[in-house]
Amino acid sequence: MYITVITLPLIGSLISGFGGRWLGRYGSSILSTTCVGISFVLAILIFYEVGFCGTVCYISLASWIDAEMLSVKWGFLFDSLTAVMLVVVTSISTLVHLYSISYMETDPHSPRFMAYLEIFTFFMLVLVTADNLLQMFLGWEGVGLASYLLINFWFTRLAANQSAIKALVINRIGDFGLSIGIFSIFYLFSSVEYLSIFSLSPLFQNYYFIILGYDINCITLIGSLLFIGAVGKSAQLGLHTWLPDAMEGPTPVSALIHAATMVTAGVFLMIRFSPLIEYSTTILTILTLLGSFTTFFAAMAGAFQNDLKRVIAYSTCSQLGYMIFACGLSCYNVSLFHLTNHAFFKALLFLSAGSVIHALSDEQDMRKMGSLSQFLPITYSVMLIGSLALVGFPFLTGFYSKDFILEISQVSMNSNLNDILGNIACWLGSLSVFFTAFYSFRLIYLTFINSTNSNRIFINSIHESNWIIILPLFVLALGSIFIGYLARDLFIGAGTNFWKTSIFNLPINSIQVEAEFVSINLKWLPFLLSMLGIVIATIINVITKNFHKNIVFYSFFTFLSNKKWYLDLIYNRFIARPFLDFGYSISFKNLDRGFIEIIGPFGLSNLITSWANITKQLQTGQITHYLFFMVFGVCLFLVWINLSYHFLLSVTLYVVLLFFI
Amino acid sequence: MYDQLNYINVSTLLFLISIIGIFLNQRNILVMLMSLEMMFLAVSFNLIFTSILLDDVTGQIFSLLILTVAAAESSIGLAILVVYYRIRSAITVELMTLMSG
Repeated sequence: MYITVITLPLIGSLISGFGGRWLGRYGSSILSTTCVGISFVLAILIFYEVGFCGTVCYISLASWIDAEMLSVKWGFLFDSLTAVMLVVVTSISTLVHLYSISYMETDPHSPRFMAYLEIFTFFMLVLVTADNLLQMFLGWEGVGLASYLLINFWFTRLAANQSAIKALVINRIGDFGLSIGIFSIFYLFSSVEYLSIFSLSPLFQNYYFIILGYDINCITLIGSLLFIGAVGKSAQLGLHTWLPDAMEGPTPVSALIHAATMVTAGVFLMIRFSPLIEYSTTILTILTLLGSFTTFFAAMAGAFQNDLKRVIAYSTCSQLGYMIFACGLSCYNVSLFHLTNHAFFKALLFLSAGSVIHALSDEQDMRKMGSLSQFLPITYSVMLIGSLALVGFPFLTGFYSKDFILEISQVSMNSNLNDILGNIACWLGSLSVFFTAFYSFRLIYLTFINSTNSNRIFINSIHESNWIIILPLFVLALGSIFIGYLARDLFIGAGTNFWKTSIFNLPINSIQVEAEFVSINLKWLPFLLSMLGIVIATIINVITKNFHKNIVFYSFFTFLSNKKWYLDLIYNRFIARPFLDFGYSISFKNLDRGFIEIIGPFGLSNLITSWANITKQLQTGQITHYLFFMVFGVCLFLVWINLSYHFLLSVTLYVVLLFFI
Repeated sequence: MYDQLNYINVSTLLFLISIIGIFLNQRNILVMLMSLEMMFLAVSFNLIFTSILLDDVTGQIFSLLILTVAAAESSIGLAILVVYYRIRSAITVELMTLMSG
């Protein structure tokens, strides 16, 4: 059962990928959905066994690499953390598979699409179940590859190609950091297995790498390098630019990869390495700061996007920031709780956005939508549920995780902690709540409530999709409503023993209990801020449509935010372009085709030709000149015979002679 | 011993003079040929002196041989010169540049 849950998607993927021609569109769709569905059922059973019954399962299959000190096995570790991730990945994946059957119905390559979706699921499962870093890295790179294939699914579109390459390359920057992290872990611990690393990490708390004369705490260094990997994969500020561009892929892909699963791999890595990063305050601070900045930045950038999917993409980026900064406040279980909840409501949002786009004949621009609530009542209601869950409306899923993260960050303001950086994170997080509510309801208004801006042709043909598309939306909507409430006590309840050893929390860093005793006003704050966001979105969209357009600051801010704060431009102009220029003009033109050519084949042949020309000119045809050279040569020969006792002198003489020529 | 060295010096001097004669002469090919003959002469002298010095007849035999060769060579050379003159009607050395590289 434990291995089957991983191998089923692989088998399904191979069959529907290579045999798609014979299985046909529906055959491959049904096969792959069934495979993932069975693995979802098995994941539920694993969740029951591992999570509730407390039987942590460890399977070691075979040796992978065995060389001197390095011994890597194909090992699978099923603890509570893995079990949760398994359920999240397989459930979202099953629903997305089901959704894709209908959504990709008219696509000529739907077997390929199903195969890619499944191979992605397989790699994600390998990632979460690995018991060593190398196997985790296999899954890590695998989901990167699958994301490339899926974003690039419509490979004839230039934009899809570009954004797929962008996603892969930017992810690779993070992967580079991660691989250096793995190397340094192996250098320090002489092992890449989780169990050895985590049991040894307290011993290395005060151990320093000396790099270029600087003492660097090894735990901090390793944590930072792993975090660089997480930054790439989880689209934190700095390497986040790939995520909004990854919306070029089909919508189910966005739901599966860029909302629920792949981007959570970075957060998963941080949670998994909680026994290591707990021992470095520095790395926790970095996590807190970067996470909160990501939250704030992405929420603001998302607030004025006009593309339906891009708004949700920025929302994902923002929520990932919340997860990372919950990790930074060493509340890993809260982070994972938010990850789980977020997977449900974000998949719901994306899939219902897909439903909207499908109904409007692939129109993604929100400015060309409107009044869809009358045409698509089911989509409207599930999207409203998703949005309310996202903004943390009380008693919906988001409320239980997101508001708790904010309460935790409020605790960092306590006088005994005196954590100034935590304060910053708290304020940024709270402000992001406002922006989250604002963009969620701006989306709702522009898409569903405002009067329509669409063409009559589209309006006439609008219809709700068939039940295969509605069913996943319905299930996810139920999840978005109930998961948070149901899983709250299990995940973050006081003194829950659900996590056992899978998450480690130093007592000195533990602030979860204090978070329960935050003053009532602060507990109301996130709710009030989100209500404020909703109200402002309503004012702007319903009551007055034009007054704000006259405010210079507002329009300037809107413009800047719509352009994603020009970060893409800055990256392109100051990082990507100089690198490309360097590659072309220096490495290629000056070194490869320049310097090396000149001292190599091209320059040497030129030199020989020119020397040949010079020596040719010595033969003037004048007999006296010939005579001169003859006598000169004889004299030189005599001189050489005399000097042969002084080797160096003769060589020098020859060199001088060469220059004469 | 002095005397013998002097003899060798004389022949070497003769050889060098002939080399200088070839070098310094830029125009007249006849002078060149004359210098060449003088070179042969110097070499023959040298061989004769050394054969007397070493009390060995081989050097004299060689000098006889060289005389013969020199005579044959100068005759052939002059013949070539005559042919050349017949074609070009000039024997100036500077103008013989047909074979430039």
